[in-house]
Amino acid sequence: MAHEATMSPLAHADDHGGEHHHETPNVFGFWLYLMTDCVLFGSIFAAFAVLRNQYAGGPSGKELFDLTNVGIETAILLFSSITYGFASLNALAKNKTMVLVWLAVTFVLGASFVGLEVNEFTSMIAEGNGPDRSAFLSAFFTLVGTHGLHVTCGLIWMVVLMVQMMGPQDLSERMMNKLACLSLFWHFLDIVWICVFSFVYLAGVM
Amino acid sequence: MLGKLSFSAIPLDVPILVGTFLGVAVIGLAVLGAVTYYGKWGYLWREWLTTVDHKRLAVMYVILAIVMLFRGFADAIMMRTQLALAYNGNPGYLPPHHYDQVFSAHGTIMIFFMAMAFMTGLMNLVVPLQIGARDVAFPFLNSLSFYMTLVGALLINISLFIGEFAQCGWLVYPPLSEMQFSPGVGVDYYIWAVQISGVGTLLTGVNFFTTIVKMRAPGMGWMQMPVFTWTAFCTTVLIMVSFPVLTVTLALLSLDRYLGMHFFTNDAGGNVMLYLSMIWTWGHPEVYILVIPAFGVFSEVTATFSQKPLFGYKTMVYATCSIMVLSFVVWVHHFFTMGAGANVNTFFGIMTMIIAVPTGVKIFNWLFTMYKGRVEFTAPMYWTLGFMITFSIGGMTGVMMAMPAADWILHNSLFLIAHFHNVIIGGVYFGYIAGMGFWFPKAFGFKLNEAWGKRAFWCWFVGFYLAFVPLYILGLEGMTRRMNHYDNPDWYPWMLVAEAGAIVIACGIVCQLTQLYVSIRDRNLPENLDLTGDPWNGRTLEWSISSPPPAYNFAVIPDIHGLDTFHTEKQLGLKAHGKPLAPIHMPKNTSAGVFIGLFSFILGFASIWYIWWLAAIGLIGIVATMILRSANRDVDYYVPVSEIEHNEEVYSRRIAAAQAAE
Repeated sequence: MAHEATMSPLAHADDHGGEHHHETPNVFGFWLYLMTDCVLFGSIFAAFAVLRNQYAGGPSGKELFDLTNVGIETAILLFSSITYGFASLNALAKNKTMVLVWLAVTFVLGASFVGLEVNEFTSMIAEGNGPDRSAFLSAFFTLVGTHGLHVTCGLIWMVVLMVQMMGPQDLSERMMNKLACLSLFWHFLDIVWICVFSFVYLAGVM
Repeated sequence: MLGKLSFSAIPLDVPILVGTFLGVAVIGLAVLGAVTYYGKWGYLWREWLTTVDHKRLAVMYVILAIVMLFRGFADAIMMRTQLALAYNGNPGYLPPHHYDQVFSAHGTIMIFFMAMAFMTGLMNLVVPLQIGARDVAFPFLNSLSFYMTLVGALLINISLFIGEFAQCGWLVYPPLSEMQFSPGVGVDYYIWAVQISGVGTLLTGVNFFTTIVKMRAPGMGWMQMPVFTWTAFCTTVLIMVSFPVLTVTLALLSLDRYLGMHFFTNDAGGNVMLYLSMIWTWGHPEVYILVIPAFGVFSEVTATFSQKPLFGYKTMVYATCSIMVLSFVVWVHHFFTMGAGANVNTFFGIMTMIIAVPTGVKIFNWLFTMYKGRVEFTAPMYWTLGFMITFSIGGMTGVMMAMPAADWILHNSLFLIAHFHNVIIGGVYFGYIAGMGFWFPKAFGFKLNEAWGKRAFWCWFVGFYLAFVPLYILGLEGMTRRMNHYDNPDWYPWMLVAEAGAIVIACGIVCQLTQLYVSIRDRNLPENLDLTGDPWNGRTLEWSISSPPPAYNFAVIPDIHGLDTFHTEKQLGLKAHGKPLAPIHMPKNTSAGVFIGLFSFILGFASIWYIWWLAAIGLIGIVATMILRSANRDVDYYVPVSEIEHNEEVYSRRIAAAQAAE
């Protein structure tokens, strides 16, 4: 939400002498928000660590996880970080069309990731292994679902920025700030996913 | 269509609640009627409700805090009265179902909506002024944070009249708070009220951290920052690290309740101890979030009214930072009896005792600041002195309970209740009231009445000891907390004394209201007006500008050369600045915060009652408002030089008038 904030008055007052500040309060503030998000994920990871062996007679990760599917999800998400990077580079080069193209590619990749995850969830629930089956599954669905929810928010945000970019905001400084914040957000979700992949799926199967 | 909501949810059979509702309705209608009668809706909307000015948000936060103090205190005196009656077969006047809601609401309201709101209000008023900034880093988020807090407070108070509140204490421990044992909407009210206000608090943390890091006046290094700003800074760090944990903990509890998950249930592998660890990972830092800014207030008040620089500024900063760090490694002391084992308990016991060391450093710093100073015994100074005595006692009983072996006896007893009221009333509340008296002239341009302030202090001070020393004794005699009635004849007299204490405190609150009334009535008397903007011969930047300050605070951003630059320059008779004026870039007011607050309220209320279509409307409304806001490019304006010049001239004339009067 920090990206919504108005520019601080001082950021402008400081801009004397044509000196350009790369790190605006907006990006700094958003980075801080991400750190709080990191604590949020850390807490859910902690809950997962405590409950990971509480199967309550239900299935374990070994029986449930399909590493091929998860591998594809991981590849898609990591690749979407690269494509977002291309969008950022084009934004710096003020090439709006290519920014839009790369954001669209990123969006498609992100949406496929969410689609695969929803698919995984629905099939698990259909087999009677939903989040109410055991404490382990509660923690699993919550952790992975929270990440998925973040990605979904990122996708909505991405569409909003694309629409705004086509309007009067163009590639203004304010838009560049927003792109930088979404970029931080997107890469951050990648890092979180790597942890999810390692500690939930890999450790669960091994 | 309306989920669980039906007419039977309205407690028409409880006379206390019907009476309260009528009272609230009459007062509410009177206020709304008065606003309509005087035609002030437009003014209220344009100047206050949609404001992004940190000073006005501060005022609204403090008003909210005071209203919540009434609510929380009403709960408190109801509990004391119940226990003064419910002895030896007499059931008292509050049946357990109602009594349990009262103590749960008392704790929740006092911590989240009284203390947090008060703290955020003081931070809002003071921090930007102390660092020479024109507003906070994200003014719109600041307004949003306020509305999140307000919505939380509204939800929790609506639970009085529609449905019920939680009956499982202010931290809703599972498994009691799980669906199996609390099937009503009480816990859901708790969850949504605290979650929504928690988001607001988290945003406040990010906002003020960014403000302090990025927007200090040129020349103000870390070690030139006023102590209150330092304490606000440490508090924002604590908020950012601990509030996400609270969000997760309550989210997991709601997943248990709404989706039948098994995080904290008795069956299917749930783990109740996980909840305790998580909630106190937030909960212990939370008490420091509240008390550290109070330490900041005492530092400013002591230095100003002793007319000396603060003794040991650096040690004060280091002590504050140590407390900040240590507050994260003590949480297990809230449940030594849970059975984490001797080694774990020992570690957390020792860490807890170590916190007393930096706190002791602070107490000595304040004492040495007063030593050989010309101490002016104003009302804020009274609260400060009362704090030093009361908080030291509370700190010592805290160290007693930090010993796991002693805690085994004292855990869950009234001794614990006495201990934390000892530090929270004696530390947090006294501090905020001192701060309110100290900065009131800055916010409004006139001083609070001293005589009524001192009467309020004496009532609170005496009332506090009368109300809580008996609880220490009762705790040692084995009386547990949250008890509805009892048969032990030894406890009865102490309960009567505690009730008397609560009544004396009530007199203190009446004195505070009278103080506000008298001060507003006599605001134009020459001895009450603050024409110079510096009524106390202050040391920090907020006293270098007019009271109340203009929207942009500083016509020219001051240059800082050291600690207490303003005071040094005043002593040397230096003119504040000769810099040319320039147009000032300011954020425009916005109604986005109001609307996001409104939709959050709809989302919260609908989710509590399982009205899912309405909840969807709330959620969509929040997202849509955010998108609209981010598309709005008309968010700022420039204050022209002519307007700044005019304001400066008015201010100079007021200073001249004040000097002529002397």
